[in-house]
Amino acid sequence: MTQAATHAPATDAPPPAPELRELVIEPKRGWIGVDWGELVRHRDLLGFLIWRDFKVRYKQTVLGLGWAILQPVFFMLVFWLVGASAGIDTGGVPKPVFYFAGLLPWTFFAVGVQLSSQCLVNQQHLLTKVYLPRLFIPTSVIVVGLIDLAVAGVILAIIMGVYQVVPPTQIAMVVPLGVLLLGFTLGVGYLFSSLTVAYRDLRYIVPFFVQAMMFLSPVIYPVSIFGDTWAWVLKLNPMTAIIESFRAAVTGTPIDWLGLGMGAGVGVLTLFVGLAVFRRIERRFADIA
Amino acid sequence: MTNAITLDSIGKAYQIGVRAPGEDGLAAAIRSTLTAPIRNLRRLSGAEVDARTFWALRDVSFEVPQGQVLGIVGRNGAGKSTLLKILSRITEPTEGSARVRGRIASLLEVGTGFHPELTGRENVYLNGAILGMSRAEIDAKYDQIVDFAEIEQFLETPVKRYSSGMFLRLAFAVAAFLEPEILVIDEVLAVGDAKFQKKCLGRMREVSRGDGRTVLFVSHNMATVQALCDRCVLLDKGTLKADGKPAEIIERYHDLAAGRASTVYDLSNRAGAWEFGTGAAMVTRVEIARARDGAPSAFFASTDEIELRCTVNAREPADAFRIAVIVKRADGTPVGASFGPDACSLGAGETGTFRVRLGDFALAAGTYSCELKVGKGNPAEGRTEFDAVDDVAHFEITPETAADGSAGYWEPAWGAVRFQAGETERIA
Repeated sequence: MTQAATHAPATDAPPPAPELRELVIEPKRGWIGVDWGELVRHRDLLGFLIWRDFKVRYKQTVLGLGWAILQPVFFMLVFWLVGASAGIDTGGVPKPVFYFAGLLPWTFFAVGVQLSSQCLVNQQHLLTKVYLPRLFIPTSVIVVGLIDLAVAGVILAIIMGVYQVVPPTQIAMVVPLGVLLLGFTLGVGYLFSSLTVAYRDLRYIVPFFVQAMMFLSPVIYPVSIFGDTWAWVLKLNPMTAIIESFRAAVTGTPIDWLGLGMGAGVGVLTLFVGLAVFRRIERRFADIA
Repeated sequence: MTNAITLDSIGKAYQIGVRAPGEDGLAAAIRSTLTAPIRNLRRLSGAEVDARTFWALRDVSFEVPQGQVLGIVGRNGAGKSTLLKILSRITEPTEGSARVRGRIASLLEVGTGFHPELTGRENVYLNGAILGMSRAEIDAKYDQIVDFAEIEQFLETPVKRYSSGMFLRLAFAVAAFLEPEILVIDEVLAVGDAKFQKKCLGRMREVSRGDGRTVLFVSHNMATVQALCDRCVLLDKGTLKADGKPAEIIERYHDLAAGRASTVYDLSNRAGAWEFGTGAAMVTRVEIARARDGAPSAFFASTDEIELRCTVNAREPADAFRIAVIVKRADGTPVGASFGPDACSLGAGETGTFRVRLGDFALAAGTYSCELKVGKGNPAEGRTEFDAVDDVAHFEITPETAADGSAGYWEPAWGAVRFQAGETERIA
């Protein structure tokens, strides 16, 4: 394949030139859309980047993928201990299942945001020495987290088995919930990774943001501990809806559809804002990186 | 013939002096955003002229027909790299437009995206994809790449364990088998040892001659440009200075370089500002020339004898003093020194010009400068220094051209002196 299929109109030059895609390079102003065609043409690159990020993530570690399990398991034990002493009511759901089910989406989000926000500044040569669809760089870092998520999902199934929690039919909801989780994390990742190139302050803001989000998401507590007056504020955070619905989906408690709708709305909005900001700053990447 | 590339008044501006918003952190950005209306008002009302824009490239227009190998030459800072970055879409132009017909791949660096933890084989795929190849294309070229790089037995070794030579060979090999319609190359030939360099040059020739590929090639190495290119453009200070046959343009380039590099250093305005020595006799002017014919020049071949003409003004009678020359590399490291005999004399108020010849050495290709010291005596019997001037008489030693037309190669790590190749004979 020496030339990709193109739809460029034939030139009016006498010799019928082979139909090549014509690219116009010129200054752009304002907000730029995403060039989906370009992303599709370079899809192999995204595959290689995901595969690289996966291979490199646990390279030279003793436990390898074991870390994908150890981290949430450790936090589950801590929360179990803290939750028990604080007397948090998990609504009849066995505590390890309650905490682990919350930690699954949360860990994906937290790790994804933290790693992706640094991925552009840590690979400046990919911005200044070559052109590639830059959206792929944070995308691949975040997508690799799905592998950790899947592995941790197996552990969750084991824990559920141990506590004899029978998965209900609504467990199928984990698939759309996973898509929403991925979309929201990508949105935040695009936003932070591009902003970090322009404003290095983000290096300090991101860990702080992730920590604050953890307390503002029902990882360690159920939303029900808040009164009705304030619960809606919490529900504007898409992670609230994702975590609560995920728990409900695996344990069979009723899903709060209104809350999920609100969370999904904010999540999709975040994805678009992230894409827009990324595309806007991307033009200057090579000049400011 | 259709044009592969059409440039129309391309320009790229950078803000200098004043930092771009955001460069200094969020607080500065917020401050600048808050004060922006005030600044804009002042600028619009003409109270403040925004003269802090630096144009790295301005109003550059030319066309490159499909299949042509175009050399882009110019001194450092001429805008060559900026132009390549715009064409490769790494950075956006500030004004003008460029039309590029066909798939473009740029090689501004070898091994972009190589990951030290991944093996040679994995990096071939990753780097190939980063340079724009699809998986199927890399599969098809894989054997050739490995063959070219000569690292077959290390393919499953992480590249962090490679020697720098192996790393460069593999990195270049991936790039060498790219097959886009337009290839943009920046000085990547300067890799590896002489033998591999020659091989790369051969491959470049194949790539550019075969299948009507368009190549844009930036280099400081005129011998390579001459050997590879059909046509050349000369950039200077961000504008297009000349466009034509490589031989003509290379000549213009040398003229430009010679005109730019000054051969005369006027030091008479240091009234009372000398920093070293008694000031009894001071250097007021230095001129650099080729000793062979006395022609002022700042460019020499490795074996040329160099002549410095130093004009010295004595405020007090000075007899039996000498002029010493210390030759330094571009980074300031001294290469060596030459001490003339204590044989110069001047009466009070007299000005004389002395010729100092530097010969009997062979400097390696590179940029050099001189420090001059005027004084007398020696450490044993007491020494008096009158004056010293540093950073004068800049000159460049141009690379040799090998018999096959390729440029002589010299690694900075080999030092600044080219010893005469002595005999090597078997003695045991």
